[in-house]
Amino acid sequence: MGRWQALLWLGPSLALIAAVVVYPAVALVRASLSRYSITGLYQGSVGAANYARLLEQEALATVVANTVIWVAAIVVLTVVASLGLAQLLNEDFPGRRLVRWALIVPWAASLIMTSKLFVWLYDYYFGILNHVLISLRLVAAPVDWLGNDATVMAAMIAVGIFVSLPFTTYVVLAGLSSIPGEVYEAARVDGASPWRTYRSMTLPLLRPALLVAVVLNVIYVFNSFPIVWTLNDRNPGFAHDTMITYMYKIAFKSSLRDVGLAAALGVVNVLVILIAVVLYVRIISWREAEA
Amino acid sequence: MSAPRGRRRVVRRAALCCAGLALAVVVLAPYAVMVCTALKPEGELRTTPPRLTPVEWRPGNFLEVLGDPSFQTWLRASLVVALTSTTIVVLAATPAAYYTARHRFPGRSAFLLIVLITQMFSPTALVVGLYRQFVELGLVDTYTALILTNAAFNLAFAVWILRAFFAAIPREIEEAAAVDGCGRLRTLVRVVLPLSLPAIVTAVIFAFIAAWNEYIVALTLMTDPARKPLTVGITSYVTAYVQHWNYLFAASVIAIVPVVVLFALIERHLVGGLTAGSVK
Repeated sequence: MGRWQALLWLGPSLALIAAVVVYPAVALVRASLSRYSITGLYQGSVGAANYARLLEQEALATVVANTVIWVAAIVVLTVVASLGLAQLLNEDFPGRRLVRWALIVPWAASLIMTSKLFVWLYDYYFGILNHVLISLRLVAAPVDWLGNDATVMAAMIAVGIFVSLPFTTYVVLAGLSSIPGEVYEAARVDGASPWRTYRSMTLPLLRPALLVAVVLNVIYVFNSFPIVWTLNDRNPGFAHDTMITYMYKIAFKSSLRDVGLAAALGVVNVLVILIAVVLYVRIISWREAEA
Repeated sequence: MSAPRGRRRVVRRAALCCAGLALAVVVLAPYAVMVCTALKPEGELRTTPPRLTPVEWRPGNFLEVLGDPSFQTWLRASLVVALTSTTIVVLAATPAAYYTARHRFPGRSAFLLIVLITQMFSPTALVVGLYRQFVELGLVDTYTALILTNAAFNLAFAVWILRAFFAAIPREIEEAAAVDGCGRLRTLVRVVLPLSLPAIVTAVIFAFIAAWNEYIVALTLMTDPARKPLTVGITSYVTAYVQHWNYLFAASVIAIVPVVVLFALIERHLVGGLTAGSVK
């Protein structure tokens, strides 16, 4: 009886999840074991052949390396910068509300629109970034940020950090505000310097918030699509793709149009995210156990 | 003793103010370029060296974008998808959040774990599966596909926000309603929901913005120009053949300003909903 009642109340949510999360996940696994024509017609099962072919792809090593760099650089730099920004926004000063609102803009704005904006800012001829850098004598000649193999990844990572900062700063800020004021009072009475107080009191108390910020950012940044898709648009091949944009290109863009191969990579991507999710769940329950 | 300390406080506040201002400038500078470019006439887009501000300010770009039939189509698609999927999110999340907040039952934590997992999976990782699914169901190029996808992936946030709020409402209020002869559903609708307005507003705004900004599923499924939402549609202002950056950014400003205002309204509740209650 009670069980049926629960089903009634949870039913709509469960139906939605089953229809649009579980079903496509099953469809993804099924597609990874099948072969499709270039127009998307099912041509039968091929077992694990798509996975074997995936390992043979020449671009795979580059794409995996790109993904590691993309995720690691953005997450590390974002979290470090957020520690400083959160400390600033945790202080009371006139205009703090306005600064917090400003920080919301890159978070609320559509990622595809922000990505297009950065394509324009990075433009070789007409982009304002080159103009500013030359005026400040930081570079001697314009840089083709998105066309040069040496700069495109760094340029994309900068945008990734820019859009990840707001969420991360807000998480750290929430962590800071949960630290009771008496902790700082005690440190002051003991005559601890501000830096020492920060290192031995604030940072350890922020650990749970930081872990959450790191794991969630790893998932978000790994899953990120619009930035690389847009900023790397001009470059042929897969030299600057991540596992997500590579998967998308195989499935929908390149002359390959190889749904089976893309689905195999999709399954790998899902497994990577699942590992991060398991970590996240363990971190949260670890906190509950500690509390 | 107190005078130098007072002066130190003033200096400190001034320094914090400057740092805050610098941060705001850095964050907003790119969007200032967006607004200024949106106000430039076509002929001023390609000048060397580039200028930040237009020589001739042209607010007419905004009117031209608003009057563009294509833009109106994309706007309508975005509104239909975002409003409908948000409605579904609230209708599905409310009973689930209420029941899990008030009752312990077998499968409760399993359900919450499933919800958490859906939150971690953006549609991006599953996009190839979603595409196969909607091909099989014949739903490519339909609003239904976009609406369902957005509803499913934005459900989790609403469940967390509503659940936390429902759990904080004293049981006595509901018991009083029950004594007055209200059934459980009636208690929820008549007593609990009116008290939970802030949480519902937060859930609504979040689900709306997430659907409004959704890109990859729309890019994949919507090939019919008459059904593309804003995020996909406006990219046709700048292609290999035409480069109307001013229109692209005017359309972007129109799409971004309302959601920034809405986001600012729910700023305080965002972290709680996105970190599934792990950060208090």
